[in-house]
Amino acid sequence: MSPLPSSAARPSSPASDHSPEFPLSVHDLTVAYHRKPVLWDLDLDIPKGSLAGIVGPNGAGKSTLLKACLDLIPKTSGEVLIYGKPYEDQRDLVAYVPQRESVDWDFPVSALDVVAMGTYRKIGWFKRVGKKQKEQARAALEQVGIGHLSDRQISQLSGGQQQRVFLARALVQDAEIYFMDEPFAAVDAATEQAIIELLQELNSRGKTVLCVHHDLATVSRYFDWLVLLNMRIVASGPTKETFTRENLQKAYGGKLNLLEDAAHALQNVGR
Amino acid sequence: MSVADLHLIASSEFFDTLIKTLFLESYNTRLVVLGTAFLGATAGIIGSFLLLRKQSLLGDALSHATLPGIGIAFAVMVALGGSGRNLPGLLLGATITGLLGVLLVLAIRRTTRLKDDAAMGIVLSVFFGLGVAILKMVQEIPGASAAGLDSFIYGKPASMIMSDLIIICVTLLLTIVICLIILKELTLLCFDDSFASTQGYPTTFLDIILMGLVTAVTVVGLQSVGLILIIALLITPPTSARFWTSDLRKMLWLSAFIGGLSGWLGASFSAFFEDLPAGAIIVITAGIIFLISMIFGPTRGVLPRYLRQRQLKRKVGRQHILRSIYEIMEAEQESHPLKNLPISLERLRDHRVWSKGELPRLIRQARSEDHLERQPSGELRLSESGFGEASRITRNHRLWELYLIKHADIAPSHVDRDADMVEHILGAEMVHQLEAELELQEHTLESPHVIENESPSHAG
Repeated sequence: MSPLPSSAARPSSPASDHSPEFPLSVHDLTVAYHRKPVLWDLDLDIPKGSLAGIVGPNGAGKSTLLKACLDLIPKTSGEVLIYGKPYEDQRDLVAYVPQRESVDWDFPVSALDVVAMGTYRKIGWFKRVGKKQKEQARAALEQVGIGHLSDRQISQLSGGQQQRVFLARALVQDAEIYFMDEPFAAVDAATEQAIIELLQELNSRGKTVLCVHHDLATVSRYFDWLVLLNMRIVASGPTKETFTRENLQKAYGGKLNLLEDAAHALQNVGR
Repeated sequence: MSVADLHLIASSEFFDTLIKTLFLESYNTRLVVLGTAFLGATAGIIGSFLLLRKQSLLGDALSHATLPGIGIAFAVMVALGGSGRNLPGLLLGATITGLLGVLLVLAIRRTTRLKDDAAMGIVLSVFFGLGVAILKMVQEIPGASAAGLDSFIYGKPASMIMSDLIIICVTLLLTIVICLIILKELTLLCFDDSFASTQGYPTTFLDIILMGLVTAVTVVGLQSVGLILIIALLITPPTSARFWTSDLRKMLWLSAFIGGLSGWLGASFSAFFEDLPAGAIIVITAGIIFLISMIFGPTRGVLPRYLRQRQLKRKVGRQHILRSIYEIMEAEQESHPLKNLPISLERLRDHRVWSKGELPRLIRQARSEDHLERQPSGELRLSESGFGEASRITRNHRLWELYLIKHADIAPSHVDRDADMVEHILGAEMVHQLEAELELQEHTLESPHVIENESPSHAG
């Protein structure tokens, strides 16, 4: 029940001690809400060291995929493996950046407090946040460019700064795989630039990054691996090969086709 | 004012007793008052987490659902041959149906598509109704005295006896200790439960602990505050505290203090005025503190916010008028350095678009701040300090504009919306660099864009 102290659970040299399998591999994953499937029979392997984007239309199940991988919502069937083991055995290897709107930014804590939450697991139950963790948190805030805001109450931060706080919280976890749910949503251009540089920096150190993304215009610039999702995997592979008109049509086509929507609406009128 | 002074003022026996009660001098009420204050403080701490977890109303459903348990426990104890007035027994019954109520809310929430408020409304009212009915029935049990069970509804601290108080205080102490031990975990749960879950924290278990602590406080508070109003003791202190601070730890202590004060006053008054229910006084006290906090609380009170806005408005206005005058002087003078010469009111009025009544107000403001003087001729002239301020404001404004023009793509992350503090935002090096660039062109600071007269009459 209690989070394990990571130093014990964690291999000293992650790259060599991990099984040679993928950082993330998903087999036959199905997720359903209220009897309606959101993800259907997904198979997915993300190779180590990729900077991967997940794109797809609204309601395609992008966030759901991340949440199912992190055991935040129950899987109807299938399995998700992190370096060959279930997530619950590999928590120390994974950092998660939820959507910014998922929390109440009016909460009475400072930026530093939020970032320090990334160290709680290592601190363990009952113990307080120490000097060492505070220094780590401060360093992470420096790294995302808002070190000068560490004592500021989080409601006084701009949207972009809040996103950076979340990113810093993931950084102090010092993970191998980073799951990010729309880190670029509604941030200013400067923050977007800072975030992508940070992701590239993580990537250059051999970390794997998986990002739910919305903006098709930047896909080929930001990501070297691309997952096109619309309830099923439409395509997954190097961006150069997967980011094609044909695949986009498959992923987004149905949603864009007004005639089909109209026909569907007409069918429902009679009921 | 010391207690002795108060005694002098209130020479009549009436006030004397009241003050003795308030200041714990009366032996009869001392423990009851202290116990209720302690209850308030504990409720203030637990209530903070309940509020931050956005589950305050679940606490309300919980407290109302305790009533049937009290009635049933009484009946069971009578049936077993006891008096039925045993406090631990009654509180056990209250706990059981209280938790049952919470579980029912959670079950309705999970299995149906009903919203929280509907689920809580149903459980709260049905359980309370059931409780009232059961209480009525047990009062008719022959030979058993159920009188006084009503005090659980409105609260009557004076009905507590020493052994009750010990139970209550031990429970409260335990609650506070647990709460402080898992402070870090509770904070994480309330702020971001899905992150907590990815970190391996058992969020459901933590939620159960939190609700368990809330239950403990609610149940032991029934006797003094009553089940209808105990929710106010859980919600009002933390919401009041939030107006004074944005630091969770300070909020917890302040909330405990406010809750304690409310409990103290409530119990004192109700001990003194026999018919006055304690719960009501406690809630009224807490409500008054809330009102004061809402108005004066420095963090988010109404008054400080209004004052800050007013201050900002004055500052913006000051910058507008001084910069306008400076720009007009620049336009009117050929030579450098700029001389502080008077300008006409018309010229100033035409310089930019002022909203209705704005210019006279800003002139009044600038004069009161000793930035501006009115010449006998009716013209306006900057004072010495006004001139210095105007040149500083204009310089900063232009540095800022230049910065935005040159570095607009990286600017927003550094912007604190206050060009006034340009040096702090840009850093000394950047400011020097920008100044150097400006100095290359001219010796004084020229606006990077053409300053246009807004009024057509000055178009020439």
